[in-house]
Amino acid sequence: MSGLPPVLTGERVHRIHWVLGTDRLRAVCHCGAERLFDDPVELWAWLLGHPDDHRPTAGAADRSPALAGSPT
Amino acid sequence: MSTIPRDQWYVAAYTAEIGRELFSRTIGGDPILFWRTEAGEITAHADRCVHRRFPLSRAPSRLVGDTVVCGYHGFTYGADGRCVAVPGQTRVPRTARLAQYPVVEQDSLVWVWIGDPALADPGRIPRASYLDSPGWTTVCGMEPLAARYSLLVDNLLDLSHETYLHGGYIGTPEVAATPTSTEVDDDAGIVYVSRHMADAECPPFYERSTGLSGRISRWQDIEYTPPCLYKLHSRIAPVGSVPDPDGSDPDAFHVEVVYAITPETEHSTHDFWLVARDFALDDEEVSAFLAEQNRTVVLQDVAALDVLEQVIATEPPGYQELSVNIDTGGLAARRMLARMAGAVPAERAVPAR
Repeated sequence: MSGLPPVLTGERVHRIHWVLGTDRLRAVCHCGAERLFDDPVELWAWLLGHPDDHRPTAGAADRSPALAGSPT
Repeated sequence: MSTIPRDQWYVAAYTAEIGRELFSRTIGGDPILFWRTEAGEITAHADRCVHRRFPLSRAPSRLVGDTVVCGYHGFTYGADGRCVAVPGQTRVPRTARLAQYPVVEQDSLVWVWIGDPALADPGRIPRASYLDSPGWTTVCGMEPLAARYSLLVDNLLDLSHETYLHGGYIGTPEVAATPTSTEVDDDAGIVYVSRHMADAECPPFYERSTGLSGRISRWQDIEYTPPCLYKLHSRIAPVGSVPDPDGSDPDAFHVEVVYAITPETEHSTHDFWLVARDFALDDEEVSAFLAEQNRTVVLQDVAALDVLEQVIATEPPGYQELSVNIDTGGLAARRMLARMAGAVPAERAVPAR
Protein backbone atom coordinates (compact mmCIF):
# COMPACT_ATOMS: atom_id res chain seq x y z
CA MET A 1 0.00 0.00 0.00
CA SER A 2 1.34 3.42 -0.87
CA GLY A 3 1.18 6.51 1.28
CA LEU A 4 1.85 7.05 4.96
CA PRO A 5 1.50 4.35 7.62
CA PRO A 6 -2.04 3.92 8.97
CA VAL A 7 -2.95 5.87 12.09
CA LEU A 8 -6.55 4.94 12.84
CA THR A 9 -7.06 1.47 14.26
CA GLY A 10 -10.81 0.87 13.90
CA GLU A 11 -12.20 -2.18 12.13
CA ARG A 12 -14.01 -0.22 9.41
CA VAL A 13 -11.53 2.44 8.34
CA HIS A 14 -11.55 3.73 4.78
CA ARG A 15 -8.13 4.82 3.51
CA ILE A 16 -7.36 7.02 0.55
CA HIS A 17 -3.82 7.50 -0.67
CA TRP A 18 -2.77 10.09 -3.17
CA VAL A 19 -0.46 8.01 -5.36
CA LEU A 20 2.95 9.62 -5.42
CA GLY A 21 3.95 11.09 -8.75
CA THR A 22 0.44 10.86 -10.16
CA ASP A 23 -2.89 12.67 -9.97
CA ARG A 24 -4.68 9.52 -8.90
CA LEU A 25 -6.20 8.45 -5.60
CA ARG A 26 -6.13 4.88 -4.34
CA ALA A 27 -9.18 4.01 -2.29
CA VAL A 28 -8.84 1.10 0.12
CA CYS A 29 -11.99 -0.30 1.70
CA HIS A 30 -11.96 -1.93 5.13
CA CYS A 31 -12.82 -5.19 3.35
CA GLY A 32 -9.52 -5.08 1.49
CA ALA A 33 -10.87 -4.05 -1.91
CA GLU A 34 -9.01 -1.21 -3.53
CA ARG A 35 -9.30 0.83 -6.67
CA LEU A 36 -7.76 3.90 -8.32
CA PHE A 37 -9.75 7.02 -9.08
CA ASP A 38 -9.31 10.40 -10.74
CA ASP A 39 -12.29 11.93 -8.96
CA PRO A 40 -12.81 11.98 -5.17
CA VAL A 41 -16.60 12.07 -5.54
CA GLU A 42 -16.64 8.87 -7.58
CA LEU A 43 -14.14 7.45 -5.11
CA TRP A 44 -16.45 8.04 -2.15
CA ALA A 45 -19.43 6.66 -4.06
CA TRP A 46 -17.48 3.44 -4.59
CA LEU A 47 -16.15 3.21 -1.02
CA LEU A 48 -19.56 3.82 0.50
CA GLY A 49 -21.12 1.33 -1.86
CA HIS A 50 -19.45 -1.50 0.05
CA PRO A 51 -19.92 -4.39 -0.59
CA ASP A 52 -21.20 -3.67 -4.12
CA ASP A 53 -18.44 -4.09 -6.65
CA HIS A 54 -15.86 -4.71 -3.93
CA ARG A 55 -13.78 -7.72 -4.77
CA PRO A 56 -10.93 -8.17 -2.36
CA THR A 57 -8.31 -10.39 -3.82
CA ALA A 58 -5.28 -11.97 -2.24
CA GLY A 59 -2.27 -9.77 -2.80
CA ALA A 60 -4.38 -6.82 -3.89
CA ALA A 61 -2.02 -4.43 -2.21
CA ASP A 62 0.84 -5.73 -4.31
CA ARG A 63 -0.79 -5.04 -7.64
CA SER A 64 0.57 -2.23 -9.73
CA PRO A 65 -1.46 0.97 -9.73
CA ALA A 66 -2.40 0.46 -13.36
CA LEU A 67 -3.80 -3.00 -12.71
CA ALA A 68 -5.48 -1.98 -9.47
CA GLY A 69 -7.17 0.87 -11.26
CA SER A 70 -8.44 -1.11 -14.21
CA PRO A 71 -12.20 -1.02 -14.52
CA THR A 72 -13.87 -4.17 -13.30
CA MET B 1 -34.00 21.74 7.53
CA SER B 2 -31.15 22.71 9.83
CA THR B 3 -27.63 21.86 8.78
CA ILE B 4 -26.45 22.06 12.39
CA PRO B 5 -26.18 18.64 14.03
CA ARG B 6 -28.03 18.40 17.35
CA ASP B 7 -27.39 15.95 20.16
CA GLN B 8 -23.75 16.98 20.00
CA TRP B 9 -21.18 18.65 22.25
CA TYR B 10 -19.91 22.08 21.16
CA VAL B 11 -17.30 24.41 22.59
CA ALA B 12 -19.18 27.40 23.96
CA ALA B 13 -16.34 29.36 25.57
CA TYR B 14 -12.95 29.25 27.18
CA THR B 15 -13.19 28.41 30.87
CA ALA B 16 -11.55 31.75 31.67
CA GLU B 17 -14.41 33.60 29.96
CA ILE B 18 -17.02 32.45 32.48
CA GLY B 19 -16.96 34.00 35.92
CA ARG B 20 -19.22 35.92 38.26
CA GLU B 21 -20.63 38.00 35.43
CA LEU B 22 -23.60 37.02 33.29
CA PHE B 23 -22.29 35.77 29.96
CA SER B 24 -24.29 34.91 26.86
CA ARG B 25 -23.38 33.11 23.67
CA THR B 26 -25.63 31.66 20.99
CA ILE B 27 -24.79 28.05 20.10
CA GLY B 28 -26.61 26.20 17.35
CA GLY B 29 -29.26 28.91 17.32
CA ASP B 30 -29.88 28.66 21.08
CA PRO B 31 -29.05 31.76 23.16
CA ILE B 32 -27.42 30.39 26.32
CA LEU B 33 -26.71 32.11 29.61
CA PHE B 34 -23.55 31.10 31.50
CA TRP B 35 -22.32 32.07 34.94
CA ARG B 36 -20.40 30.57 37.83
CA THR B 37 -21.88 29.90 41.24
CA GLU B 38 -20.11 31.16 44.34
CA ALA B 39 -18.66 27.63 44.62
CA GLY B 40 -17.19 27.96 41.12
CA GLU B 41 -19.56 25.64 39.20
CA ILE B 42 -20.57 26.68 35.69
CA THR B 43 -24.28 26.88 34.92
CA ALA B 44 -25.82 26.95 31.44
CA HIS B 45 -29.45 27.87 30.84
CA ALA B 46 -31.66 29.41 28.19
CA ASP B 47 -30.94 33.13 28.05
CA ARG B 48 -34.60 34.07 28.04
CA CYS B 49 -36.85 34.82 30.98
CA VAL B 50 -39.82 32.44 30.87
CA HIS B 51 -42.15 35.39 31.46
CA ARG B 52 -41.65 37.79 28.53
CA ARG B 53 -38.40 36.47 27.04
CA PHE B 54 -36.17 39.29 28.27
CA PRO B 55 -32.52 38.16 27.90
CA LEU B 56 -31.22 37.38 31.37
CA SER B 57 -27.72 38.32 30.26
CA ARG B 58 -28.82 41.84 29.43
CA ALA B 59 -28.64 44.70 31.95
CA PRO B 60 -30.35 45.54 34.15
CA SER B 61 -30.65 41.76 34.74
CA ARG B 62 -28.10 40.86 37.40
CA LEU B 63 -26.49 38.11 39.42
CA VAL B 64 -27.32 38.19 43.15
CA GLY B 65 -25.50 35.49 45.09
CA ASP B 66 -26.42 32.29 43.28
CA THR B 67 -29.57 33.69 41.67
CA VAL B 68 -30.25 35.63 38.48
CA VAL B 69 -32.78 38.43 38.66
CA CYS B 70 -34.48 39.37 35.39
CA GLY B 71 -34.01 43.07 34.69
CA TYR B 72 -37.49 43.47 33.24
CA HIS B 73 -39.97 42.22 35.91
CA GLY B 74 -37.75 40.63 38.55
CA PHE B 75 -38.36 36.94 37.94
CA THR B 76 -35.57 35.27 39.92
CA TYR B 77 -33.87 31.96 39.06
CA GLY B 78 -31.59 29.66 41.02
CA ALA B 79 -28.49 27.87 39.77
CA ASP B 80 -30.64 24.89 38.74
CA GLY B 81 -32.76 27.15 36.52
CA ARG B 82 -35.82 26.92 38.73
CA CYS B 83 -37.73 30.16 39.30
CA VAL B 84 -37.65 31.01 43.00
CA ALA B 85 -39.43 34.35 43.02
CA VAL B 86 -42.18 35.99 40.97
CA PRO B 87 -43.05 39.67 41.47
CA GLY B 88 -46.25 40.49 43.36
CA GLN B 89 -47.29 36.94 44.25
CA THR B 90 -46.15 34.14 46.50
CA ARG B 91 -47.00 31.26 44.16
CA VAL B 92 -44.31 30.35 41.67
CA PRO B 93 -45.75 28.47 38.68
CA ARG B 94 -44.34 24.94 38.45
CA THR B 95 -43.39 25.44 34.82
CA ALA B 96 -41.36 28.54 35.62
CA ARG B 97 -38.00 27.01 34.92
CA LEU B 98 -35.19 27.80 32.50
CA ALA B 99 -34.15 25.08 30.08
CA GLN B 100 -30.86 23.68 31.36
CA TYR B 101 -27.93 22.66 29.15
CA PRO B 102 -25.46 19.95 30.16
CA VAL B 103 -22.08 21.64 30.49
CA VAL B 104 -18.56 20.31 31.05
CA GLU B 105 -15.25 22.09 31.67
CA GLN B 106 -12.38 20.19 30.11
CA ASP B 107 -8.97 21.04 28.63
CA SER B 108 -9.52 24.80 29.18
CA LEU B 109 -12.76 24.65 27.17
CA VAL B 110 -16.41 24.90 28.16
CA TRP B 111 -18.43 22.27 26.30
CA VAL B 112 -22.19 22.49 26.07
CA TRP B 113 -24.61 19.82 24.85
CA ILE B 114 -27.07 20.97 22.22
CA GLY B 115 -29.97 18.55 22.02
CA ASP B 116 -31.79 16.13 24.28
CA PRO B 117 -30.13 16.41 27.73
CA ALA B 118 -30.92 12.74 28.45
CA LEU B 119 -28.50 11.74 25.67
CA ALA B 120 -25.57 13.85 26.89
CA ASP B 121 -22.53 11.66 27.58
CA PRO B 122 -19.44 13.60 28.72
CA GLY B 123 -17.34 10.59 27.72
CA ARG B 124 -17.99 11.47 24.08
CA ILE B 125 -16.24 14.83 24.33
CA PRO B 126 -12.99 14.66 22.35
CA ARG B 127 -9.86 15.41 24.37
CA ALA B 128 -7.01 17.84 23.80
CA SER B 129 -5.28 17.59 27.15
CA TYR B 130 -2.14 19.44 26.03
CA LEU B 131 -4.21 22.65 26.02
CA ASP B 132 -4.10 22.61 29.79
CA SER B 133 -1.07 20.48 30.70
CA PRO B 134 2.37 21.09 32.17
CA GLY B 135 5.00 20.93 29.46
CA TRP B 136 2.88 22.92 27.05
CA THR B 137 2.19 26.61 26.57
CA THR B 138 -0.98 27.69 24.79
CA VAL B 139 -2.16 30.93 23.22
CA CYS B 140 -5.73 31.29 22.04
CA GLY B 141 -8.46 33.52 20.68
CA MET B 142 -11.85 33.51 19.05
CA GLU B 143 -12.99 35.31 15.93
CA PRO B 144 -16.60 35.71 14.81
CA LEU B 145 -17.23 34.32 11.36
CA ALA B 146 -20.18 35.59 9.30
CA ALA B 147 -20.36 32.32 7.43
CA ARG B 148 -21.85 28.86 7.88
CA TYR B 149 -19.68 26.49 9.86
CA SER B 150 -19.34 24.03 6.97
CA LEU B 151 -17.21 26.56 5.10
CA LEU B 152 -14.71 26.58 7.96
CA VAL B 153 -14.70 22.77 7.97
CA ASP B 154 -13.92 22.76 4.24
CA ASN B 155 -11.18 25.33 4.84
CA LEU B 156 -9.45 23.47 7.64
CA LEU B 157 -9.66 19.99 6.10
CA ASP B 158 -7.74 21.14 3.04
CA LEU B 159 -4.56 22.89 4.09
CA SER B 160 -3.33 23.31 0.53
CA HIS B 161 -5.02 26.71 0.73
CA GLU B 162 -2.21 27.82 3.06
CA THR B 163 0.04 28.25 0.03
CA TYR B 164 -2.28 30.81 -1.53
CA LEU B 165 -4.26 32.44 1.27
CA HIS B 166 -1.55 32.44 3.95
CA GLY B 167 1.68 32.93 2.00
CA GLY B 168 4.27 34.72 4.14
CA TYR B 169 2.79 33.29 7.36
CA ILE B 170 2.28 29.51 7.28
CA GLY B 171 2.03 28.83 3.57
CA THR B 172 4.91 27.61 1.42
CA PRO B 173 4.87 26.01 -2.05
CA GLU B 174 5.31 22.51 -0.65
CA VAL B 175 1.98 22.48 1.20
CA ALA B 176 -0.11 22.58 -1.96
CA ALA B 177 2.34 20.36 -3.82
CA THR B 178 2.57 17.44 -1.37
CA PRO B 179 0.10 14.53 -1.67
CA THR B 180 -2.01 13.55 1.33
CA SER B 181 -3.23 10.35 2.90
CA THR B 182 -6.76 10.30 4.30
CA GLU B 183 -8.30 7.87 6.78
CA VAL B 184 -11.95 7.87 7.80
CA ASP B 185 -13.46 5.91 10.66
CA ASP B 186 -17.22 6.34 10.61
CA ASP B 187 -17.70 4.26 13.76
CA ALA B 188 -15.32 6.39 15.81
CA GLY B 189 -16.29 9.62 14.01
CA ILE B 190 -12.80 10.65 12.89
CA VAL B 191 -11.40 12.11 9.69
CA TYR B 192 -7.59 12.00 9.62
CA VAL B 193 -5.60 13.73 6.88
CA SER B 194 -1.81 13.52 6.77
CA ARG B 195 0.63 15.53 4.75
CA HIS B 196 4.28 14.85 5.49
CA MET B 197 6.74 17.18 3.80
CA ALA B 198 10.23 15.72 4.05
CA ASP B 199 12.09 18.73 2.71
CA ALA B 200 10.18 21.99 2.81
CA GLU B 201 10.73 25.69 3.14
CA CYS B 202 10.35 26.87 6.74
CA PRO B 203 7.54 29.47 6.90
CA PRO B 204 7.94 32.54 9.15
CA PHE B 205 5.41 31.14 11.64
CA TYR B 206 7.82 28.33 12.51
CA GLU B 207 11.11 30.04 11.68
CA ARG B 208 10.61 32.76 14.28
CA SER B 209 9.15 30.46 16.93
CA THR B 210 11.50 27.47 16.68
CA GLY B 211 14.71 29.10 15.49
CA LEU B 212 14.96 26.62 12.61
CA SER B 213 15.55 28.13 9.20
CA GLY B 214 16.08 27.08 5.62
CA ARG B 215 14.75 23.62 4.80
CA ILE B 216 12.79 21.59 7.33
CA SER B 217 10.82 18.41 7.74
CA ARG B 218 7.20 19.50 8.24
CA TRP B 219 4.39 17.10 9.11
CA GLN B 220 0.75 18.07 9.21
CA ASP B 221 -1.63 15.50 10.67
CA ILE B 222 -5.23 16.64 10.88
CA GLU B 223 -7.51 14.84 13.32
CA TYR B 224 -11.08 16.07 12.99
CA THR B 225 -13.86 14.73 15.19
CA PRO B 226 -17.05 16.22 13.75
CA PRO B 227 -18.80 18.39 14.38
CA CYS B 228 -16.70 20.65 16.59
CA LEU B 229 -13.10 19.77 17.43
CA TYR B 230 -10.30 20.01 14.88
CA LYS B 231 -6.71 19.25 15.84
CA LEU B 232 -3.69 19.81 13.63
CA HIS B 233 -0.72 17.90 14.97
CA SER B 234 2.19 19.84 13.51
CA ARG B 235 5.74 18.49 13.68
CA ILE B 236 8.68 20.68 12.69
CA ALA B 237 12.18 19.19 12.60
CA PRO B 238 15.50 19.33 10.79
CA VAL B 239 15.44 17.59 7.42
CA GLY B 240 16.02 13.85 7.87
CA SER B 241 14.86 13.74 11.49
CA VAL B 242 12.18 11.19 12.37
CA PRO B 243 10.76 10.12 15.74
CA ASP B 244 12.69 7.43 17.60
CA PRO B 245 11.31 3.86 17.58
CA ASP B 246 10.12 4.28 21.16
CA GLY B 247 7.97 7.22 20.12
CA SER B 248 10.13 9.91 21.64
CA ASP B 249 10.95 12.77 19.32
CA PRO B 250 13.64 14.92 20.94
CA ASP B 251 14.83 16.70 17.79
CA ALA B 252 11.40 17.96 16.76
CA PHE B 253 9.24 20.91 17.74
CA HIS B 254 5.58 20.06 18.26
CA VAL B 255 2.76 22.53 17.77
CA GLU B 256 -0.84 21.57 18.29
CA VAL B 257 -3.12 23.92 16.39
CA VAL B 258 -6.66 23.41 17.61
CA TYR B 259 -9.90 24.85 16.30
CA ALA B 260 -13.33 24.55 17.83
CA ILE B 261 -15.83 25.05 15.03
CA THR B 262 -19.03 26.05 16.76
CA PRO B 263 -22.06 27.07 14.72
CA GLU B 264 -23.70 30.15 16.17
CA THR B 265 -26.57 30.16 13.66
CA GLU B 266 -27.11 28.63 10.24
CA HIS B 267 -25.02 31.43 8.76
CA SER B 268 -22.51 32.38 11.45
CA THR B 269 -19.81 30.57 13.40
CA HIS B 270 -17.63 30.95 16.47
CA ASP B 271 -14.07 30.32 15.26
CA PHE B 272 -12.13 29.35 18.41
CA TRP B 273 -8.41 28.85 17.82
CA LEU B 274 -5.60 27.67 20.07
CA VAL B 275 -1.88 27.11 19.47
CA ALA B 276 -0.08 24.88 21.99
CA ARG B 277 3.67 24.23 21.84
CA ASP B 278 6.14 22.04 23.69
CA PHE B 279 9.14 24.39 23.38
CA ALA B 280 10.09 27.91 24.52
CA LEU B 281 7.49 27.42 27.23
CA ASP B 282 8.26 30.58 29.19
CA ASP B 283 9.24 32.77 26.25
CA GLU B 284 6.59 35.49 26.18
CA GLU B 285 7.96 36.85 22.94
CA VAL B 286 7.28 33.52 21.23
CA SER B 287 3.79 33.44 22.77
CA ALA B 288 3.02 36.94 21.53
CA PHE B 289 4.41 36.16 18.09
CA LEU B 290 2.43 32.93 17.65
CA ALA B 291 -0.75 34.57 18.92
CA GLU B 292 -0.40 37.52 16.57
CA GLN B 293 0.53 35.33 13.61
CA ASN B 294 -2.24 32.81 14.11
CA ARG B 295 -4.84 35.50 14.64
CA THR B 296 -3.72 37.11 11.39
CA VAL B 297 -4.05 33.77 9.60
CA VAL B 298 -7.50 33.19 11.10
CA LEU B 299 -8.61 36.66 10.02
CA GLN B 300 -7.41 35.91 6.49
CA ASP B 301 -9.67 32.85 6.54
CA VAL B 302 -12.52 34.86 8.05
CA ALA B 303 -12.30 37.49 5.31
CA ALA B 304 -12.35 34.84 2.58
CA LEU B 305 -15.15 32.79 4.13
CA ASP B 306 -17.30 35.85 4.82
CA VAL B 307 -17.10 36.62 1.10
CA LEU B 308 -17.88 33.01 0.24
CA GLU B 309 -20.94 33.02 2.49
CA GLN B 310 -22.33 36.00 0.61
CA VAL B 311 -21.64 34.32 -2.71
CA ILE B 312 -23.44 31.15 -1.64
CA ALA B 313 -26.30 32.92 0.09
CA THR B 314 -27.14 34.98 -2.99
CA GLU B 315 -26.58 32.48 -5.80
CA PRO B 316 -29.42 30.61 -7.48
CA PRO B 317 -29.88 27.03 -6.29
CA GLY B 318 -28.20 24.16 -8.08
CA TYR B 319 -24.63 25.45 -8.40
CA GLN B 320 -22.39 22.55 -9.31
CA GLU B 321 -19.11 22.58 -7.38
CA LEU B 322 -16.04 20.76 -8.62
CA SER B 323 -14.01 18.61 -6.23
CA VAL B 324 -10.46 17.41 -6.82
CA ASN B 325 -7.90 15.34 -4.95
CA ILE B 326 -7.24 17.94 -2.25
CA ASP B 327 -10.91 17.74 -1.24
CA THR B 328 -10.86 14.05 -0.27
CA GLY B 329 -10.85 14.70 3.49
CA GLY B 330 -13.27 17.60 3.24
CA LEU B 331 -15.78 15.45 1.36
CA ALA B 332 -15.59 12.83 4.10
CA ALA B 333 -16.22 15.49 6.73
CA ARG B 334 -19.19 16.88 4.79
CA ARG B 335 -20.73 13.43 4.60
CA MET B 336 -20.30 12.83 8.31
CA LEU B 337 -21.81 16.21 9.16
CA ALA B 338 -24.76 15.69 6.82
CA ARG B 339 -25.43 12.35 8.45
CA MET B 340 -25.21 13.89 11.93
CA ALA B 341 -27.67 16.59 10.87
CA GLY B 342 -30.06 13.92 9.63
CA ALA B 343 -29.88 15.15 6.06
CA VAL B 344 -28.88 11.82 4.55
CA PRO B 345 -29.27 8.15 5.44
CA ALA B 346 -26.50 6.69 7.54
CA GLU B 347 -25.03 4.35 4.98
CA ARG B 348 -24.65 5.42 1.38
CA ALA B 349 -24.31 9.11 1.99
CA VAL B 350 -22.26 10.27 -0.97
CA PRO B 351 -21.11 13.87 -0.65
CA ALA B 352 -22.13 16.42 -3.23
CA ARG B 353 -19.58 17.47 -5.77
